[in-house]
Amino acid sequence: MFPRPIEKAPRSRQIAYKTLLPIALIAWLLPLVAVMMTSARSIDDLNKGNYWGLPEKWMLIENYAEIFRVTPMATYMLNSVIITLPTVIVSVAFATMAGFALAKYNIRFRILLFAIFVGGNFIPFQILMIPVRTLTIDLGFYDTPWALIVFHTAFQTGFCTLFMRNFIAALPNELIEAARVEGVSEWKIFRHIIVPLVRPALAALSVLIFTFVWNDYFWSLVLVQSDEVRPITAGLNALKGQWLASWQLISAGSIIAALPPVALFFLMQRHFIAGLTLGATKG
Amino acid sequence: MSQYWRKNQVKIAPWLFLAPAFLVFALYVLNPIAQSVWISFHEWDGLGEKTFIGLANYEELFEDEQFWISLENNVYWLVLYMLAPPIGLAIALFLNQNVPGIRLVKSLFFFPFVISQVVVGLIFAWFYDPHNGLLTLLLGSIGIEPIAILSDEDLVTYGIIAAGLWPQVAYCMILYLTGLNSLSPDQIEAARLDGAKGLRMLWHVILPQLMPATFIAIVVTVIGALRSFDLVAIMTDGGPYGSSSVLAYFMYEQSMFNYRMGYGAAIATVLFLIMDIYIAFFLWRMIRAERS
Repeated sequence: MFPRPIEKAPRSRQIAYKTLLPIALIAWLLPLVAVMMTSARSIDDLNKGNYWGLPEKWMLIENYAEIFRVTPMATYMLNSVIITLPTVIVSVAFATMAGFALAKYNIRFRILLFAIFVGGNFIPFQILMIPVRTLTIDLGFYDTPWALIVFHTAFQTGFCTLFMRNFIAALPNELIEAARVEGVSEWKIFRHIIVPLVRPALAALSVLIFTFVWNDYFWSLVLVQSDEVRPITAGLNALKGQWLASWQLISAGSIIAALPPVALFFLMQRHFIAGLTLGATKG
Repeated sequence: MSQYWRKNQVKIAPWLFLAPAFLVFALYVLNPIAQSVWISFHEWDGLGEKTFIGLANYEELFEDEQFWISLENNVYWLVLYMLAPPIGLAIALFLNQNVPGIRLVKSLFFFPFVISQVVVGLIFAWFYDPHNGLLTLLLGSIGIEPIAILSDEDLVTYGIIAAGLWPQVAYCMILYLTGLNSLSPDQIEAARLDGAKGLRMLWHVILPQLMPATFIAIVVTVIGALRSFDLVAIMTDGGPYGSSSVLAYFMYEQSMFNYRMGYGAAIATVLFLIMDIYIAFFLWRMIRAERS
């Protein structure tokens, strides 16, 4: 283990380390802590300039109730869910099939096809913006949830395919070949051998894609415009414009927007990190 | 039919498996790239007819001061973002211990990456607020006058980059924490027996083993730096007077607010070409690893 385990260090260093750890953590999360505190403040507190002390009066429940009452926060949240869930399911499904095709069949152009999925996933969004916007309008999807669902599904398929292909490539070939000799159809091989084996990867990937899509801001500016369709990221920014002076509400809104990915991260931490670091531990 | 299928299944099936993913990707990613490049040779307001004007958009672009400011800011982003891997490594080394509660501490350190950049932007705009922001208070406590970072033409880009580094460092940290977990204990023990420790150990024994993590960290950091849009849009809208714009934001502004689709497409094409250098490098490495 590197660095050398602290248990082997002198006691004084151990104590120093254990004191430093929470201090470093608080310093690192200071901006976030401040926002959490602000979300529990009263407007009087803010007017008096008490931004960083303890709230004089705790308004936690009031502020969070207020934001749902006076702003379309609930609609924004629901929109984000409506956009994110189908995207995750469909892009992961498409990519599992594509990943299987690229990993376990010796088809022509397979490296080229794989490179296209990988490369496409790193390009700047702006190179897609104008044509995707035009296409969305032509298909009649503009300013509907479909605009974002279809685009995100297509775009995330690139990353998902990279991920699934690497995962499936590491599975043993023997199972597939044995099944083929038995006369099992290719679809059944996929459905009954591959899918059960990739389940951990599906979980990791789903968590990751959920976070990516949930947190998207750019496309929610470009492909939708009304409050009825806006996801939470664009909604939050719209609120910032309307509620400029009400920082306690903006803060509460920020915390709410951050909650689903954070909760998911905590619940599925192992999967999440496995997803992010895929390829980082093997060259 | 079914006879043919049975015989050629192994040949046809992969293409059927590939088809849905490839079709949506081609429609929404590959084709738009080509279309954008094509649009960049036109003058177009997004609604009417396109007028072919050859390279005129590019000629105008290279004389546009705002383009150079944005490009310069992209370079700042790129250079300063490179701090994320070493800082992430430092934090990972600091956290790579087995004390009670360390798992929770690690997850909390990773927090900034999980939350949306919109929220990060709002948090930092708040942090920099010249009247009551925490930065003002901290500086005030050591006797420095408040600085309105986000309305200062010279400082604004650094302020936004600092906000962007927060989640990026968290990302690099997690990559390195995973890397540190898979170090070979034998090599470390052997090096320790040879008397290696501290920085020398880190440099000669640990870092070479962390190469894969470093590679991914650098790739995602470069891509993150060049993709910077959200924070600029949230924190400053490119202001004051365009001084914090980056190519991604400049493109958005020209196409969405000024209805100059051709010009916007030209900016996007330039950004795309810059990014291609890194994408090509990544693909080249990946394919090389694949072949070996």
